[in-house]
Amino acid sequence: MITVDSLTKTYGDTCVVDGISVKFARSGITSIIGPNGAGKSTLLQMVSRILGADAGTVEIDGLDVFSAPGREVAKKMSILRQDQHMLARITVRELVEFGRFPHSRGRLTPECLVAVDEALAYCSLDDLADRPITALSGGQRQRAHVAMVLAQDTQYVLLDEPLNNLDMAHATGLMGLLHSLAVDRGKSIVLVLHDVNYAAAYSDRIIALRDGVIVCDGPPSEVITEHALESIYDMPFNVHQLGDERVATYFR
Amino acid sequence: MPDLLTDQRSSGDGPIDGVPARTSHDAIQRRRRLDRRSVLVFVLLSLIAAGSATLFLTWGVNGYWDYALPRRLEQLAALVVVGAAISVSTIVFQTLTENRILTPAIMGFDALYILIATTLVFMLGSETVVGISSVHLFALNAILLVVVATLAYRWVLTDTSRGLYTLLLVGVIAGTLFNSFSTFMFRVMEPSEYDTLLTTLYASFNLIDTTVLRIATALLVLGIVAAVMMAPTLDVLTLGRDRATALGVDYRRTATKLLIIVAGLVAVSTALVGPVLFLGLLVANLAYQLTRTQRHSITLPAAILISITALALGQALLQHVFNYAGTLGSIINLVGGTYFVILLVMESKKT
Repeated sequence: MITVDSLTKTYGDTCVVDGISVKFARSGITSIIGPNGAGKSTLLQMVSRILGADAGTVEIDGLDVFSAPGREVAKKMSILRQDQHMLARITVRELVEFGRFPHSRGRLTPECLVAVDEALAYCSLDDLADRPITALSGGQRQRAHVAMVLAQDTQYVLLDEPLNNLDMAHATGLMGLLHSLAVDRGKSIVLVLHDVNYAAAYSDRIIALRDGVIVCDGPPSEVITEHALESIYDMPFNVHQLGDERVATYFR
Repeated sequence: MPDLLTDQRSSGDGPIDGVPARTSHDAIQRRRRLDRRSVLVFVLLSLIAAGSATLFLTWGVNGYWDYALPRRLEQLAALVVVGAAISVSTIVFQTLTENRILTPAIMGFDALYILIATTLVFMLGSETVVGISSVHLFALNAILLVVVATLAYRWVLTDTSRGLYTLLLVGVIAGTLFNSFSTFMFRVMEPSEYDTLLTTLYASFNLIDTTVLRIATALLVLGIVAAVMMAPTLDVLTLGRDRATALGVDYRRTATKLLIIVAGLVAVSTALVGPVLFLGLLVANLAYQLTRTQRHSITLPAAILISITALALGQALLQHVFNYAGTLGSIINLVGGTYFVILLVMESKKT
């Protein structure tokens, strides 16, 4: 369980995250949606302690994220950031190996090597494993970072817009992968999504943010409705029931 | 996560449990091959460094071994200490600040050391300073530098509200400011105090201050051991600060430790030969290029060997070919400065 209590972040006069309290379960997929500037990424960055909070606390299985030893937190929670820009000139395999750092402190054990190989295979990166990161396309680089997060093998996996730079095949592939992580291995996946239809198709729970506060929180059947979406995004939506899938259209 | 892989493997040709074994075996093979390359680089660099050291020790002795050898050995030891201190401090600093162009020297660490030493003479007066042994004076300077530099640069580095380049600019300006303060104090100083300062402070490659060699060596060994122990953490820092935090590095605490190491090592090299602006830049980048890796267990020793070569060979050539027509410091600054400009141009083309 991740327990977020009155988390606040202010830049100048703008309150980006305004006293959010929320709990994330120990398993399942939770999507965070909302318009640009709603505070989705800021919330995720504070929960993962990359960004300090102005007020509030985050606890992960009883461990205070801001004061606990970094290594202990890193064994429980991993994060995929939005920005994949990196200066380091390393290969895909070396990047994925860094995912094992919280467990092995740089001395890779045989289990680490197996975990790295599996993460690479899982993201279809076997053939690219010895390429430098800088020589990859945006989508390949995104997959390499996902593989690093997988190699870290944590109960909680946070992803900030993981579908950026991915074509439809890879986006659906990644969502399927996250789904199997949640279902087969009982992981808790929390991700920021812009595409409400991906959120509808894969989430157990959808949280909608607007102006730094939670405006909707519930299963897809409650959040993916014309009324709720229009109040979140301030634009017209049509929601269709196609078989057992709920699809929102908003293109015209 | 073998349970998740079955669907992909069932269509493959190998037995399900055979696949991970083969791939991790491949990984080990690759690792070995990579290590073989590193070993080759190390053997070559060691040979060249040893050759340069031998040349420095034996060139033009003309049979005066009893006189020349002990003196040259002492000088060589100082060059080795300086080279190692500059290499390690530069690489650690570049990893911490996530760039390959700025060095502690460019960021004003050396200037801060000079300022602290100058202020000490200025405040205490030359009589007191002459009374203190040079070893104690060095220790005092080093401790002050470590405290002041760590506090000041940690404040600059860990403030996330400003961009890195702004902060690095602040460092460059700070260096100039420190120099100006020192120069100002020189001017208002009693001539006798200025004299004391010159003898205790302004060492150079031709005038190595060997009185503090022992304590400097001890400090160097401490710094290198600390840096090597932190090598895996340094490796993670090459991914950038946020990713390192996500992987469990306590950034603030780590930055403090690394800055202490950097400041201690800068004190070592500055006390022995004075400020050397571009040596660190030169050897660190040569090390990155030769080893083609960012693993600190490889780049740190490689950079040490390269700088020993550069210093010993440079000093030997200077003494015997150019007959002291110039100083090693100025040659390093000429070569290193040119390299600095080339790096800047290459870096701006890349982005």
